[in-house]
Amino acid sequence: MKQIALLGMPNTGKSTLFNRISGASARVGNWPGITVDLMSAKILIGGHIANLIDLPGIYDLHGFSEDEQVVRHFLANNAIDLAIILLNSSQIDRQLSLVLQIKKLNIPTVLALNMADEAKQTGITIDVESLAKALNMPVLQISAKYGDGLPKALQAAAQIINQNLTPTDPKLISDQLQADHQIELEMDVLIQRHVQIPTTLTDNTTDKIDHILLHKWFGLPLFFLAMFLFFQFIFTIGKPLQDGLAWAFRLLRSDVLEPIFSASPAWFSGLMLDGVYNGVATVAAFVPIIVLFFLVMSMVEDSGYLSRAAFLMDTFMAKMGLDGRGFVMMLMGFGCNVPALMGTRIMRSRPMRLLTMLVIPLSLCSARLQVFIFFITALFSAQQAPIILFFLYVTSFLTMFLTALLFQGQYKNTEPFILELPPYRFPTPRQIVMRGWQEVKHFLVRASKFIILGVILVWGLTNYPSNIPPASIGTIAGQIGLLFAPILNPLGINTQLAIALIFGFVAKEIVIGALAVIYGLQGHELATQIASQIDWVQAMSFMLFTLIYTPCLSTIATLKTESKSSGFMWLSIAWSLSLAWVVSFVFYQSARALGF
Amino acid sequence: MRPLSELAIAQPAIISSIEADESLFNRLSALGFRVGKPLSIVRRANFKGPLQVRLGTTDVILRQKDAARIHVNLAE
Repeated sequence: MKQIALLGMPNTGKSTLFNRISGASARVGNWPGITVDLMSAKILIGGHIANLIDLPGIYDLHGFSEDEQVVRHFLANNAIDLAIILLNSSQIDRQLSLVLQIKKLNIPTVLALNMADEAKQTGITIDVESLAKALNMPVLQISAKYGDGLPKALQAAAQIINQNLTPTDPKLISDQLQADHQIELEMDVLIQRHVQIPTTLTDNTTDKIDHILLHKWFGLPLFFLAMFLFFQFIFTIGKPLQDGLAWAFRLLRSDVLEPIFSASPAWFSGLMLDGVYNGVATVAAFVPIIVLFFLVMSMVEDSGYLSRAAFLMDTFMAKMGLDGRGFVMMLMGFGCNVPALMGTRIMRSRPMRLLTMLVIPLSLCSARLQVFIFFITALFSAQQAPIILFFLYVTSFLTMFLTALLFQGQYKNTEPFILELPPYRFPTPRQIVMRGWQEVKHFLVRASKFIILGVILVWGLTNYPSNIPPASIGTIAGQIGLLFAPILNPLGINTQLAIALIFGFVAKEIVIGALAVIYGLQGHELATQIASQIDWVQAMSFMLFTLIYTPCLSTIATLKTESKSSGFMWLSIAWSLSLAWVVSFVFYQSARALGF
Repeated sequence: MRPLSELAIAQPAIISSIEADESLFNRLSALGFRVGKPLSIVRRANFKGPLQVRLGTTDVILRQKDAARIHVNLAE
């Protein structure tokens, strides 16, 4: 019986063609020299009954993927009378290599060019006749899907079959493929001697943990519980450390710095103590919490739990035009929005990438966390604090989901969601510390750069003209605050907070430092002063605005470079500002209307 | 032969064909989805969510829609 091999690259419609030619007669069978089963079918061609064998789709006859080895071993062990090679016309520039590799083996070949209509649409024209002459084999355009051109291709195949040429000599082909065979053997020997791969993984700890953490019904509640405990932990451990540090900074000022600066001019000691020192010290007191946050965050990241979160959340995310990976990026954004935005590079579909980049700046980053911790401890009790913080995280998610829901129509995509699930790995303490330290260093460098410049600027704006009380209406800062009053008053945000918000546009790390300078107070005194001036509804409204509006200039710059579109950057800024205003407005006005 | 999306949990099977466009095919093959490879489904998420598939030493999660592109034969 004549043997005909069907060859081609993956996704050229090879299986479709095979099914079309073979009809219902296909069966799975074993072949000499290879371990996998191949589909084959008996077909009537040119008066002969021939066996058509569907070989796996391969990119390269000489490659070392399993499929490529299967094809090679098949040709080196089975005599064939004809090869039908199927190419995708629109990718002929790349796919022709496979034809030339087969031709080198002197196998009689018919070349079928599939998807000719698609190629025509993209403007590709193939001179079939001259190509056939140059390749010295029949070349025919077909449509595997609709069957167009198929009779002609089969006719060309029948002609070759009817010539009754001698079939290929497997021995000869085997010799020609010898070099590849040598490499295969060498690979096998190296792996066998130097690498140990168990047939089944002996360690099923991961399976046991997944059994609980990926449970059909408990998986998601457990995930949210874990997140809640995570923030509770940071708060419980971090708060006393922060208080201790703030106390040390106050002592340093009253016992060391004030005596030193007592001799210098009033404006200079004002700038240094009320400006630079107050601002920097207030922010520096947050370092323990930030360090803790990153230590725990990097532990979660390295453990493999984030991919599980992607698995748990994908169904939900799909409804918003996003996928599980987008959810992981949102979680990464809790550390810092900038790397999370850069992380979207793993998505290939641009619409999905843009949609994900639109939601990431709404995630509650560590710089915002610092602002919230300050306001929460100033205005809420220790029992309320973790709940308020958790509420802010939930709000962060809700704004992201809302944004995705509203914009998913603009960013439609069909990106497949495929992700490797790594085994759980408990990172070594060294790993945790190293990763955590990298993040903290990054935060400190960014923070110190912005904060020192920021607080000096704020000090200047709140102290000039110098003949009136600092930060009063007459100062430059007071005037700026007045300018924004019509927009921010309906949100319950006063002039001082408004100035801090304006600086927060540059970076959230400045907000607390700016407030310290505006009020001329630091740490605990600052918190008490603010608590006496605003109530919890105003504080909540301020926090909601801070949570939602543009995180910082670095995020904006990253949005622009990653999307390569200024339009997209402006859309993100405009959307987050308007959403922030609307959410704060609705919250503040309804809380007031309810009598709070 | 049946789509991977319809395979029962823990039922061993062998990939018989992958019919996907180029980008999906490349992603699948990079993660080890190849014709002839044995696999099984570890779990399915609720509400027609993604599948967790075990291929040799690798665990992969993918959506039903994408898993439907992979055809498998039951392993004896």
